[in-house]
Amino acid sequence: MIEGYKRYNDPRDTSGCGLVGFINRDGKRVDGSNIIKSLCLMKDRGNGLGAGFAAYGIYPDMADYYAIHVMMDKPEVKPHVEHVLYKFFNVHREEEIPTRQNPNIKNPPVFWRYFVEPKNECLLQGEEQDGLVVRAVMSVNNNVSGAYVISSGKNMGAFKGVGEPADIADFFNIEDYKAYIWMGHTRFPTNTPGWWGGAHPFTILDWAIVHNGEITSYGTNRAFLEMYGYKCTLLTDTEVVAYALDYLLRQQKMPLRAAFYALASPFWKDIDMESAEDREFAEALKAIRIQYGPLLLNGPFAILFGWRNGLVGFNDRIKLRPLFAGEKDETLYMASEEATIREICAKPDRLWMPRAGEPVIGMLKEGA
Amino acid sequence: MTLMKVIKLEENAVDIDAASVHYRDLNEEINRVVNEGAKHIIIRNVNGQRFIGAGLQGDDIRIDIHGVAGNDLAVFMDGPTIEVFDNAQDGVGNTMNAGKVYIHGHAGDVCGYGMRGGSLFVLGDVGYRVGIHMKAYMGKTPVLVVGGTAGHFLGEYMAGGIIVLLGIEKRAGQRIAGDYLGTGMHGGTIFVRGEVDNRRVGKEVGIEKLDENDNLVLKRELSEFSRVFHLSYDEVMSEPFVKLFPKTHRPYGPMYNSRWSWQRGG
Repeated sequence: MIEGYKRYNDPRDTSGCGLVGFINRDGKRVDGSNIIKSLCLMKDRGNGLGAGFAAYGIYPDMADYYAIHVMMDKPEVKPHVEHVLYKFFNVHREEEIPTRQNPNIKNPPVFWRYFVEPKNECLLQGEEQDGLVVRAVMSVNNNVSGAYVISSGKNMGAFKGVGEPADIADFFNIEDYKAYIWMGHTRFPTNTPGWWGGAHPFTILDWAIVHNGEITSYGTNRAFLEMYGYKCTLLTDTEVVAYALDYLLRQQKMPLRAAFYALASPFWKDIDMESAEDREFAEALKAIRIQYGPLLLNGPFAILFGWRNGLVGFNDRIKLRPLFAGEKDETLYMASEEATIREICAKPDRLWMPRAGEPVIGMLKEGA
Repeated sequence: MTLMKVIKLEENAVDIDAASVHYRDLNEEINRVVNEGAKHIIIRNVNGQRFIGAGLQGDDIRIDIHGVAGNDLAVFMDGPTIEVFDNAQDGVGNTMNAGKVYIHGHAGDVCGYGMRGGSLFVLGDVGYRVGIHMKAYMGKTPVLVVGGTAGHFLGEYMAGGIIVLLGIEKRAGQRIAGDYLGTGMHGGTIFVRGEVDNRRVGKEVGIEKLDENDNLVLKRELSEFSRVFHLSYDEVMSEPFVKLFPKTHRPYGPMYNSRWSWQRGG
């Protein structure tokens, strides 16, 4: 739980968010230089009040342990965080996340990472390790004043804060990490504070979200998710998307496409039209919409969603925010602008504007 | 800041290398060379720079863009001709007043928004909400021709002007236009090559066959479109067109009338 966001609540110029992500389907890892270069091209879409990165494949030597990235208002918070972590986990290694002095990064929090394995004796009846990790994360976020877990998956991590993309990248030494999936975001906060915890990505386990838009259904979504133990503590609408996907994909074990039909369900009139062509499909859409109605995301959005096996881009049902896709050999790129992709991939094999409500899915190959 | 390479060519022509140049610097440079009398500006290595040609005046000015033109290309433009030999992003021709924009690739969302004069030709596809609120204004008639397909809301709240949607080379199973075609339309005309799905057309829109005058308009615009993009005019005209028109010029009139009468205490 963070109390320090008020420190960063200064007004800036207006613009719109920018997002970019890419996956190498062969699992080939590349350093952070391209994600930085592409994100920096969209500097003018953000306003310096939030930038961040998610990267998959960055801790190959620690791949068996959950990597818990923790953001703390001040060093004094650390024992309180560890009080929770050491209760749930055997901590294999802990260290400060390396950061650099950057003249434009003012008053940053402290960042630590813990490589952990859940204690068997802490598992609830029938609970899997992932479930315990989610409980531990919620416990820190909700009970430890001044601390927030910003990522908790294996072999991945989130790095985010208040600043321009180039400065946040420099602060976290992003170019030194090597990943097969990279996601980046530059923020223009609209109706929630521009503070360190509010920067994107938002994550739980290895699910990570970057988002451009507004989730106007936040209240409804949050109320539903709270019934399943998810605590929204980050003061930002995007947070519910990460938890909604964790609930649908991990807890409900829904197929990927079905989960996206729950979040961006077709309009009733389109389901009716579909009914004439493919009755069975239309019935499935109807069932999903009724069952998971409280998770329907309303409002304008373009979202990138990453996890250890893939990267997905999807829009609201009438495409109220931009999303662009490109492909070159085994790399799939998605971004708010075409130029962002062309900046790091001059001659893609294919370039396209994804249709509203149709997710673009890039999956890691089996065994990669 | 990256230093911009600007080379003066013969006869009022200028070559600008926009690689890694910020949009503000690029647009200031364009304004500067135009003020010094440049008539033909070639810009290379463009990648996402916004607002190129913003508010620019002068019917005799020509800008060639190599690379991806950024958002709001030709916004408020008033006269010049811009040719993009690649793709363009969102918002091309936003509130454009006069001039021509030719895009050899595709263009993104909200192109031709509130356009009130001049022409915007796109060889490839366009995104969502294209041609929203186009209007004819003081004898001007904006023209938007799309060679490929369009997303939802093409011509939404259209108040005037002409949109032509050709759907050349659309993939099998791909619809030529998205949903809500012409929703809220109260002026202007949309011509679609081939068929439209009635269920996807706004309820304010009528569909009918073309008359003599419509054919003349199409001939004029598509001859130019074919010439600009080196297409065969006969091939472009090889399929029949349908015409979409507003059934009424005030589709929401009754809604406001009743509110006003209520406010008057009626």
